[in-house]
Amino acid sequence: MSPSRVDTSPVVSDSVATTTCYMCACRCGIRVHQRDGKLRYIEGNPHHPVNHGVLCGKGSAGIMKQMSPAKLRKPLLRVGERGKADFREIEWDEALAIAAGWLGRIRERDPKGLAFFTGRDQSQALTGWWAQAFGTINYAAHGGFCSVNMAAAGMYSLSGGFWEFGEPDFEHTRYFMMFGVAEDHASNPIKIGLGMLKQRGAKFVSVNPVRTGYSAIADEWVGVRPGTDGLFIFALIRELLLADQVDFAYLARYTNAPWLVIDEPGAADHGLFARDDAGHPLCWDGAKDAPADALAAGVTPALVGNYRLPSGRRAVPAFQLLAARCLDSAYAPEVVAPQIGIAAETIRRLAAEMAEVAFRQEVVLEVPWTDWAGRRHERMIGRPVSFHAMRGISAHSNGFHTCRALHVLQMLLGAIDCPGGFRYKPPYPKTCPPAGKPAHPAAPGKALAGPPLGYPLGPEDLLVDAAGRPLRLDKAYSWEAPLAAHGLMHMVIANAVRGDPYPIDTLFLFMANMSWNSAMNAEGTAAMLTARHADGSYKIPHIIYADAFFSEMVAYADLILPDTTYLERHDCISLLDRPISTADAAADSIRRPVLAPDRDVRPFQDVLLDLGYRLRLPGMVAGDGRPAYPGGFADYMVNHQRRPGIGMLAGWRGPNGGSSGRGAPNPEQLQRYIEHDCFWLEELPPAARYFKHANKDYLDYAVAMGFLDHAEPVVLQLYLEPLQKFRLAAEGHGKVVPPPEHRERIRRYFDPLPIWYRPFEEAAVGGDDFPLHAVTQRPMIMYHAWDSQNAWLRQIISQNRLYVSRQFAERHGIADDQWVWIESHHGRIKGQVRLMAGVNPDTVWTWNAIAKRSGAWNLDPKAPEATRGFLLNHVIAELLPEQAGGYRYANCDPVTGQAAWYDLRVRLRPCAAEDIGTAVAAPLSVPPGLPKRPQTLRYGAWFRDAGQVP
Amino acid sequence: MTSLPAPPERQLGLVIDLDTCVGCHACAVNCKQWNSGGVAAPLTDLDPYGAAPDGVWFNRIHSFEAGEGAAGRTVHFPRSCLHCAEPACVTVCPTGASYKRAEDGIVLVDESKCIGCKLCSWACPYGAREFDVDAGVMKKCTLCIDRIYNENLAPAERVPACVATCPVGARHFGDLGDPASKVSRLVADRGGFDLMPELGYRPTNKYLPPRRTTGCSVAQAVPPEAPAAAGVLEGKLFGWLDRLFSR
Amino acid sequence: MHPALSVIVFTVASGAGYGLLLLAALLAASGFLPADAWLTVVIILLSLGLVSIGLLCSTWHLGHPERAWRAVSQWRSSWLSREGLFALLTYPVALAFAAGWLCDGADEWWRPLALATALLAVVTVLCTAMIYASLKPVHQWHNRWVVPCYLGFALFSGALWLDAVRLVFRLPLPHLNGVCFALVAIALALKLGYWHFIDTSRSRATPESATGLGAIGQVRPLDPPHTEENYLLKEMGYRIARKHRLKLRRVVLAFAFAVPLAGMVATHLLAGPWSTVPAVLAAASAMLGLLVERW
Ligand SMILES: Nc1nc2c(c(=O)[nH]1)N[C@H]1C(S)=C(S)[C@@H](COP(=O)(O)OP(=O)(O)OC[C@H]3O[C@@H](n4cnc5c(=O)[nH]c(N)nc54)[C@H](O)[C@@H]3O)O[C@H]1N2
Ligand SMILES: Nc1nc2c(c(=O)[nH]1)N[C@H]1C(S)=C(S)[C@@H](COP(=O)(O)OP(=O)(O)OC[C@H]3O[C@@H](n4cnc5c(=O)[nH]c(N)nc54)[C@H](O)[C@@H]3O)O[C@H]1N2
Ligand code: SF4
Ligand code: SF4
Ligand code: SF4
Ligand code: SF4
Ligand code: SF4
Ligand SMILES: [Mo]
Repeated sequence: MSPSRVDTSPVVSDSVATTTCYMCACRCGIRVHQRDGKLRYIEGNPHHPVNHGVLCGKGSAGIMKQMSPAKLRKPLLRVGERGKADFREIEWDEALAIAAGWLGRIRERDPKGLAFFTGRDQSQALTGWWAQAFGTINYAAHGGFCSVNMAAAGMYSLSGGFWEFGEPDFEHTRYFMMFGVAEDHASNPIKIGLGMLKQRGAKFVSVNPVRTGYSAIADEWVGVRPGTDGLFIFALIRELLLADQVDFAYLARYTNAPWLVIDEPGAADHGLFARDDAGHPLCWDGAKDAPADALAAGVTPALVGNYRLPSGRRAVPAFQLLAARCLDSAYAPEVVAPQIGIAAETIRRLAAEMAEVAFRQEVVLEVPWTDWAGRRHERMIGRPVSFHAMRGISAHSNGFHTCRALHVLQMLLGAIDCPGGFRYKPPYPKTCPPAGKPAHPAAPGKALAGPPLGYPLGPEDLLVDAAGRPLRLDKAYSWEAPLAAHGLMHMVIANAVRGDPYPIDTLFLFMANMSWNSAMNAEGTAAMLTARHADGSYKIPHIIYADAFFSEMVAYADLILPDTTYLERHDCISLLDRPISTADAAADSIRRPVLAPDRDVRPFQDVLLDLGYRLRLPGMVAGDGRPAYPGGFADYMVNHQRRPGIGMLAGWRGPNGGSSGRGAPNPEQLQRYIEHDCFWLEELPPAARYFKHANKDYLDYAVAMGFLDHAEPVVLQLYLEPLQKFRLAAEGHGKVVPPPEHRERIRRYFDPLPIWYRPFEEAAVGGDDFPLHAVTQRPMIMYHAWDSQNAWLRQIISQNRLYVSRQFAERHGIADDQWVWIESHHGRIKGQVRLMAGVNPDTVWTWNAIAKRSGAWNLDPKAPEATRGFLLNHVIAELLPEQAGGYRYANCDPVTGQAAWYDLRVRLRPCAAEDIGTAVAAPLSVPPGLPKRPQTLRYGAWFRDAGQVP
Repeated sequence: MTSLPAPPERQLGLVIDLDTCVGCHACAVNCKQWNSGGVAAPLTDLDPYGAAPDGVWFNRIHSFEAGEGAAGRTVHFPRSCLHCAEPACVTVCPTGASYKRAEDGIVLVDESKCIGCKLCSWACPYGAREFDVDAGVMKKCTLCIDRIYNENLAPAERVPACVATCPVGARHFGDLGDPASKVSRLVADRGGFDLMPELGYRPTNKYLPPRRTTGCSVAQAVPPEAPAAAGVLEGKLFGWLDRLFSR
Repeated sequence: MHPALSVIVFTVASGAGYGLLLLAALLAASGFLPADAWLTVVIILLSLGLVSIGLLCSTWHLGHPERAWRAVSQWRSSWLSREGLFALLTYPVALAFAAGWLCDGADEWWRPLALATALLAVVTVLCTAMIYASLKPVHQWHNRWVVPCYLGFALFSGALWLDAVRLVFRLPLPHLNGVCFALVAIALALKLGYWHFIDTSRSRATPESATGLGAIGQVRPLDPPHTEENYLLKEMGYRIARKHRLKLRRVVLAFAFAVPLAGMVATHLLAGPWSTVPAVLAAASAMLGLLVERW
C-alpha cells in the first residue's frame, strides 16, 4: 500500500529549550520540546556530559510530573489538627510574614531553636550558607540518612570516593566490581558505562544480595549476605597479600602506607604518626636506613619493619599494621565463607582474577605527565581494576569501615585515579584528610563563624559541651556520631520531641518526606509530629515545609510554602556543591524556567532569599537596606561571591565572561549558560587527567580554579590517624574525652585501620528470632516518593512485593503471591510475596518508597500504593535495642551516624485472608485548591490532530 | 490491504541485547512519551490516579529468571511489536486497518479503518497489540515511523525513541533485510534469535542472548596459596623488607 | 481464554441460527418439511433472528460499530471478513428461499436456493470456526477439533430448535428426534475429544521459546511489566483454576448434553402437546450449556 497513509514527517515542536532534568539527582541535560505552548517531548541532550543524549524512564516522564494533580497550588496555613491536611489557602505575603515572625523570634533568642533540614534538593550551597547566616547549627541535608558512610569514608581516605565524587574509568577498565548498587545518583552515567564494558568485553562482577537490574547483567553475581561485605573485602585483601599481588610502588608513592606509626602502647601518642619538628610525618628511608620526611620527594620508604626513632621510641610503617590485621586467619576464605554465603573457592578465584588484571593486563596510555615533584613520566600506567559502591555497603552500622576497607583494597591494587581504575571528578580530590570543621553555636542574632557542616579531625573539633553532651539537636559531631559529616536528619524529629538533647521551636523542612519514606519508624514519627504537651501545645511548636506536591509530610506542617517544579525555576548545580564534572572535565550547570507556573507557587530558593531579607540576615541585605538579590535566586547564582572571584557558577566569569573558575560576576553569565545548553564544561588537558592526587598539571589547575589552596599532593590515607585520636581520647588521653558511657564504643569503632563487626541489629536481635535480612532497592523507574503521582510511572509499579528466595520459601512453606506479616523487633507490616531465585537465601527485599499513605499525593484512597504497598520504614526502629545501661543509641553507624536502613532483621508469618491489605493510617483529605483527579488521560491527542496531513 | 505485500527488501526492525538490558524501562516510558504526541496519539491512560491504572503502551519490560544456581540469570526482557514477516495480525484483520508496509516491512494500524474487533490482538503471539478502549481502536508500536523518516529531525535523531534513549545501548535499529547492515552483523556475531520461531511469524526484530563467558581472561591468574599457617605474617613481612620504591 | 461476552453470545446464537437454517433448508429441499406459512415464518424468523442477535452482539462489541461495513473488505485474507461476507450473503438467499418455500411454486424453483442457503449456512459457520482455528497463538483454538466442534454444535443446537419448532407445529417428522439424539451424541463425542486433546497436549510455544532463554535453563516469569492488569491480561491472561474448570465442565455436560438428551427421551416418551415442553427446554438448555462451554 502507498506510504502516504501515515504522515512520516510531522512537525515535532515549535520551540526547543535546553535545561537540566530533575526527575532525579543525576542532572542529565534535556531538550524540552513544546508545541502550541504544550509540552510535546523531553529528550536527552546529546551534547551533555552527563547523559550524552540518553534519558532514563523517570526523565522520560517529566510531562506527567507537570500534569500531576498533586501539585500544590498556593501557600497553605493549617487550620485543623496536625496530620489531617486541614488547611486554608493564604497569600504569599501572609505566609512569608508568618514564617519571618517565627524565625525572627528564634534568631533573637537562640538561633539553634531553628532546625533547618533539607532532603533531596541540590541547593546545599545556598541552604547551608543561609543556615550559617541565620546562625543555627541545626542544619543538614539528607546525607545522614543517605550515604554519609560512603561520603565520609571516601573523604577521609581519598578526599573523594564513590557517590558523586568520582567514577570508574569505564573506557579503560577491564575488571569492574560493583558493591551494593541498585541505581545510584549517577543513574545514566553508570548505565552508559556498563554498556561500554559490555561492548569491550570487560568483566563485570556485582556483589549484591539481589540479582536484578545491574546485577542481572553482571558476568558474575556474588550474592553476599547483607552486612558481610567487609569480611569479603578482608578475605580478598588477605589473598592478595599472601600472593604478593600488591602495588608496593603505588603504596609508597601515593599513600600513607609507609608512614611510621608510633608503637608505644599506653602512650598518649600511641598509634599517631611519628612526625618531625615541622609536623611532617616520618617514614623509614630504606635506602639510607634512617627516618625521613615522608612527604619529601625521592625518599625510599620501607613498608615493613620495626624501627626505633632517634627519640628512642618505637614505630612501624602503617602498612605493616594493615598487613598484620588482614593476614589474620580470621579472614581466610574458608573461615569467612559461611558468614558471607560465598564459597571459599569463589573468593580465591575473584582475588586471583583481580590480581591477574591489575598486574598482568596493565593499561598503558602513551601520555607523558609530570608528578607533583616535577618529575616527568613518559606514560600513564594503570591497573584496570575498578570499583563502585553505594548504599548496599554504606547503609549498615558497619558501613564506614566497610567503605574504608574497599578504599584500602583499591590502594593495595594501585587502582586509584589511574587508567582503568577509579577516577576523581574535579573539584576532587581536595585535601586529605578533609579540611573544614563544623561551626560552633552562634550568639543570638549572629551568624555562625563558618559552615555548619564539616569534618572533625579529632575530639577537639566535636560539637559537645563540657560534659560531653551533644550541642546539635541531631547529636551530629557528638560522641554518638563524631564524624557525622552530613548530620543525622533521621533523628531530628525524635530528638526534638523527646527534648533530647533539647526541644526546638521550629522545624523547617525542604523537600524531605520526613513523616513517611525518609522516616525510620514511620508511624511513630507521625505520632511524634502530632505529640502535644500536657497544656495541649505541640511538642514541636512550628513546622514549616516547602514541598511542590501533596506528600505525606505536607499533612504534618503548619505552614506550607509551595515550590515550583523543575521546569519552572532556576537551579544551580554548582562546583561548591555536587557538580556534574566528569573525570576528564570540570563542569557545572543550571536549570532555568522553560514553563511559567500555572499556580501561585514560588521557587523555594527565591523564598529563602526573601525570608533572609525579611530577617535581615547577613549577605541578604544590600548596603542600602534593600534586598541584596532582588532578582531572586537567578540573581544570586550570578552575583553572589563565596570568596572573591568565586561564586556559584564557574563558567563565563569575569567582565567579558572570558574566565572560568575565578573571576568577577558577569551579568551575562546566565545568558552564556543558556546559549551553551545550560552547562559549562572545561576539559582537563590529557596530561592532567590521571593521578590527579599527585599530578602537577592537575594540582596547579585545581589551585587556579580555587578547588585547592596549595598545589600539594593529596596523600591517600590507608591509615586514618584522626580515628586514632578519638580512640586515644576514649582511653583517657587529651583534653576532650568522651563521657564514660561512650568510651568503650569509641575505643572499639575508632580503629585507624578498617575493621569488620556484625551490624548492630543483627548482633542484638538476629539469629533465629529474626532470621532474615530485609533490604530495599531503588526501582530504576521511581525516584523515592516522587513518582506515584506520575500517571505513567505508577503504572509500572504501583504495588511493591516482598521478594523471598525460593529456597527459603520452600523450607518454610511460603507460596508465591501469599500475604505475610513482616515482623521486626520494632513492629510489623503486611506485604505480598513474590518468589525469586536470584536473592541471597537469608535475605528478603522490596522496592523502596512505593507505598503511599492513603489519600496522599491526590491518589485515589484505594490506590494499590495505599492498599497493597508497604514501607519497610514502618518496621525499622530509629533507636537500637537497649544497651546494658538502658541507653538506646540511634540506629546508626557509630562513626558517622549514617542511618542503618539495611541492618533490618525480620521474620515472616503468613497472613489470614481478612488481613490482606496494608493501609496503616486513615486516609488523608486533600488540601484545598488541588484539582479533581482525571478519570481518563488523553495526553497529546491534540498534537496528532494538529499534525494531520491535510 | 491485509494481504501481505511481496516480501520487502528493506526490513526495518530492532535488535535487543538481553545481555545488556538492565530493565530500566527507559525505552518503554520514552516510547510512551514520544508516541503520546505522534501518529498514534493519544496513548490513553484509564484511571491514571486511581485504584487500577491501565494505559496504552507500545513497549513493555518483562522480567524472567532462567536456570538455577550459579548458572541462573535474571533477564529483563523488553517486548514491543516485532514487525513480523508473516504477521497474522495483518492477515486476520477484516478491514484492512492492519497492514504491512511494502517499502520497509513496518506493520501499522490505520486507525481510521479500524473497527476495534480486537482479532489482531488474538492473532499476535507476542502481546504487541494495544487496544485503546477509549478510542475504540487498536494501536501498536509504529517503529517510530514518525521519527525515522522525519525531516524535521536531525539525521542522527531519525531512530526510534526507545533506541535513542536506552542508557546502556541495548537497543539497535536498522535494516534486517540487508545482511551487510550493522544490525544484521550484530545478529550474526552474537547468535541473535527469533521469539517463538515455531509459530512461523518470522519476526523481524531479533534478540541477542545473554553471554555465557565471564568476559575476562584469568587463565594465568595467580594460583591460590595454601591457607595461612602460623608464622605466615612473619614470613610475609620478612619477604617485603626489600620492597623499596622511591616516592 | 476469555473472549468478551458479546463474542460468546455471537458464536452460540449464530451457530444455532445457522444450524437451524441449514437443517430446515435441507429438509425443505428434500421435501421432509411441508410448506406451511407459519412454520416457514417461524423457522426463518428464529434462525435469522438468532443469527442477527449474534451478529448484532458482535458488532456491538466492536470499538467502532459504525465502521462495521468495512469488515467485509478483506475476504481474500481474513476469515472474519469472509464470515461477514457470507453472513450478509445468507440473508437475501435465505429470504428468497423462504419466499419460494412459502409460495411453494410447483416448479420448485426455490430448491436450488434452499441448497444455496444450506451451503451458505455451513460456510458461514466454517468461517466462524476458522477465525478461531487459524489463531496460532491460542492453543485452545488452533487445533483440528475446533472446526468440527463448531459445526457439530451448530448442527446440534439448530436441530434441537428445529425439533422444538416441529413439535409446536406438530409436524410428523418422527426421525428428527432420532437425528437430534445422534447429533447430541456426536457433539458430545467431539466435546469430549476436544477436552481430552486440551488436557493431554501442550501449546507449542513455551516460556523457553517465548523468551529464547531455554539454553540457560528453565524459564520462570519474575515480574510482569506493570503491576496492575492491562488490556491483554484482562482479555487473555484469564486462567481458570483447575478445580473451577472441572466444575464448569460438569455444568457444560449437564446443560449442553445431559438435559437435551433427557429432553429428547422425554419428548419421545411424552408425545402429544406436552412433548414440546422438554423439547424447548432441551434447546434452551443446550444454548446455556454452550454459552458456558465457550467461556
Ligand atoms: N526503607 C528505606 N528508607 C529509606 C531509604 C531506603 O533505602 N530504604 N533511603 C533513604 C535515602 S538514601 C534517602 S535520600 C531518603 C529520601 O527520602 P526523602 O528525603 O523524604 O525524599 P523524597 O521522597 O525523594 O522526597 C521528599 C519530598 O520532595 C518533594 N519534592 C519533589 N520535587 C520537589 C521540588 O521540586 N521542590 C520541592 N520543594 N519539593 C519537591 C516530594 O514531593 C517529597 O515530598 O529516603 C531514605 N529512606
Ligand atoms: N531511580 C532512582 N534512582 C535513585 C534514587 C531513587 O529513589 N530512584 N535515589 C537516589 C538516592 S537518594 C540514593 S542515596 C542513591 C542510592 O543508590 P543505591 O545505593 O544504588 O541504592 P539502593 O537502592 O539503596 O541500593 C542498594 C543496593 O545494595 C544492595 N544491598 C543491600 N544490602 C547490601 C549489603 O549488605 N551488601 C551488598 N553488597 N549489597 C547490599 C541492595 O540489594 C541494593 O541493590 O540512588 C539515587 N538514585
Ligand atoms: S537519570 Fe533520569 S531522572 Fe535522573 S536526571 Fe537523568 S534523565 Fe533525569
Ligand atoms: S509482533 Fe504481533 S503485532 Fe507485531 S507484526 Fe508480529 S504478530 Fe503483528
Ligand atoms: S482491531 Fe482493528 S486492526 Fe485489529 S483486526 Fe480488528 S479492525 Fe483490524
Ligand atoms: S520503535 Fe518507537 S513505537 Fe516501537 S517500541 Fe520503540 S519507541 Fe515505541
Ligand atoms: S532502555 Fe535499554 S536497558 Fe532499559 S529496559 Fe529498555 S532496553 Fe533495557
Ligand atoms: Mo539518598
